[in-house]
Amino acid sequence: MSKRAPNELHTGIAAKLAEVLGPAITAQDFAQDELQITVKASELNRVMTVLRDRAEFLFEQLVDITATDYPAKPDRFEIVYNLLSIRLNARIRVKVKTDEDTPVPSVVKQFSSAIWLEREVWDMYGIVFDGNDDLRRILTDYGFEGHPLRKDFPLTGYVEMRYDETLKRVVYEPVQLPQDFRVFENLSPWEAMTTVQLPGDEKATRQKIGPKNYREKGASE
Amino acid sequence: MTGAATKTTHELVTLDDAGKMHAVGDETQIKPYTINFGPQHPAAHGVLRLILEMDGEVVERADPHIGLLHRGTEKLIEYKTYMQALPYFDRLDYVSPMNQEHCFALSVEKLLGITPPPRAQYIRVLFCELTRILNHILNITTYALDVGAITPALWGFEEREKGMEFYDRVCGARLHANYVRPGGVNMDMPKGLAEDMMAWTESFTKVIDDLDGLLTQNRVFKQRTVGIGVVSRQQAMDWGFTGPMLRASGVAWDLRKSQPYDVYDKMDFDIPVGKTGDCYARYMVRMEEMRQSLKIMRQCLREMPGGPVKSDDYKVTAPPREEMKKSMEALIHHFKLFTEGYHVPAGETYTAVEAPKGEFGVYLVADGTNRPYKCHIRAPGFAHLAGLDFMSKGHMLADTVAIIGSMDIVFGEIDR
Repeated sequence: MSKRAPNELHTGIAAKLAEVLGPAITAQDFAQDELQITVKASELNRVMTVLRDRAEFLFEQLVDITATDYPAKPDRFEIVYNLLSIRLNARIRVKVKTDEDTPVPSVVKQFSSAIWLEREVWDMYGIVFDGNDDLRRILTDYGFEGHPLRKDFPLTGYVEMRYDETLKRVVYEPVQLPQDFRVFENLSPWEAMTTVQLPGDEKATRQKIGPKNYREKGASE
Repeated sequence: MTGAATKTTHELVTLDDAGKMHAVGDETQIKPYTINFGPQHPAAHGVLRLILEMDGEVVERADPHIGLLHRGTEKLIEYKTYMQALPYFDRLDYVSPMNQEHCFALSVEKLLGITPPPRAQYIRVLFCELTRILNHILNITTYALDVGAITPALWGFEEREKGMEFYDRVCGARLHANYVRPGGVNMDMPKGLAEDMMAWTESFTKVIDDLDGLLTQNRVFKQRTVGIGVVSRQQAMDWGFTGPMLRASGVAWDLRKSQPYDVYDKMDFDIPVGKTGDCYARYMVRMEEMRQSLKIMRQCLREMPGGPVKSDDYKVTAPPREEMKKSMEALIHHFKLFTEGYHVPAGETYTAVEAPKGEFGVYLVADGTNRPYKCHIRAPGFAHLAGLDFMSKGHMLADTVAIIGSMDIVFGEIDR
């Protein structure tokens, strides 16, 4: 992957933001020609207000909120806010980190679109947004338990549903599979046989980084 | 009867057995009440369950309950290779499948650092615009059906069928195309398709004129849509509206112009912008978008270059069938591609396209393996439906149906 120089528009926005917000921003990133900042959760509301209202930014649209789960990290959740400035024709990604128990300040006061988006993140990841009064589940069923997009939630779920002819209603039962769910990585042709490392298996786990590098490497060898 | 207050707002009368009118006493006054709309309702455009708090015939609060079509697409994609993940995008907004495949393909290409050949880019744009027309036909005609006009649906669906035949000829399926792949498109267009599509773009102009004649100045249609569900520019921005919903409120914003992808920067087309932000403006924007899409389709067909339709990097796209019969290397590539898939370098991207309904985005996090670490789908309809509460407040129940129709919602993408 060729590293492009960061877009001048993005570096300009980032420099101004650093000036206005100072230590609230903990990291900046310009990878893939996209602007991304990481901010402290306690400063989130101020960051959002600045991004929305300052004449040099005017990120008036909160397009999306989602989260990423990294269970191994102490702050396992990264909450990702995607903002769009029609004035600058630019996007910015604002990231906030949190763990399972710490609530994140809600941005519903800054952006009304956050009401449903935060409900979705709560439903899918179990992240609590402090200040959102309407934190009901949104995509899962009434009475659902658990947060399905967490990495430790199994793909098959815990319960399955069927219509019971005798009870004349829908019933939930623990999920029963005739065969365990199997994940075939297909990273090595003989992975399914054994977990023992055979000579040559290390080739399958060697980091491969995309087609371009692979080919360049092949050419140089 | 949740939230029932004791306030009285309506002067009501009742008839006794003799047919004589009496004023209704305090003890029988109507209180605000709750009704359940859907999930099975012809005007709900799918499985929308709406809890409406009514004051007489006036909506005080609309609370959409969604998720009845939730299939866990984002979770499933985490367990699939990039190639296996693609068909899920057809099944989101199932009336505009190729635009969504396009978005996923663009995001994967961005992380891989590859660019499809020019012919593939033209084919993609051509079919994205065809899809936009098919989507708008469905929306406009069913919307007209919701507010009382049956003929547009009968006329429009015939044309939609013709458009889906083009889908069929290019990829073998009428709806779930699986055609736009990272690195290009799956197959070249068959012989004669370009000519037939060009002929259709000419004949379809007539159909738009017919729909226009049926609806645009129709008194009933205007009574049901003008001044209904007005969204100001400020509200549209605040609620994250995109696409025709945003443009109808007077914001000249289209990703095809402002952040062009593939060959949209070479295309000559205009962006219709509404002034009033009501249901009628949204209808007008969509009508004009169909005409502009025809213009783009014609330009694509005229200027489409020859050459390959997918990247020649066989680590990402499958080698041609005939080569596989002769070349060992091609056979290995094919085998590895359809078992292991390709590895995408670690990184993250938010890539958005202008889908017919608005901004469709994919937030993709790759960790260097052959499957996405996370794939979040930004559906335009999700933001639009969230705005139903403020849009329908103070309107009659029947107007709520008109507002839902003008939003162009499809539950495949909202519930994911």
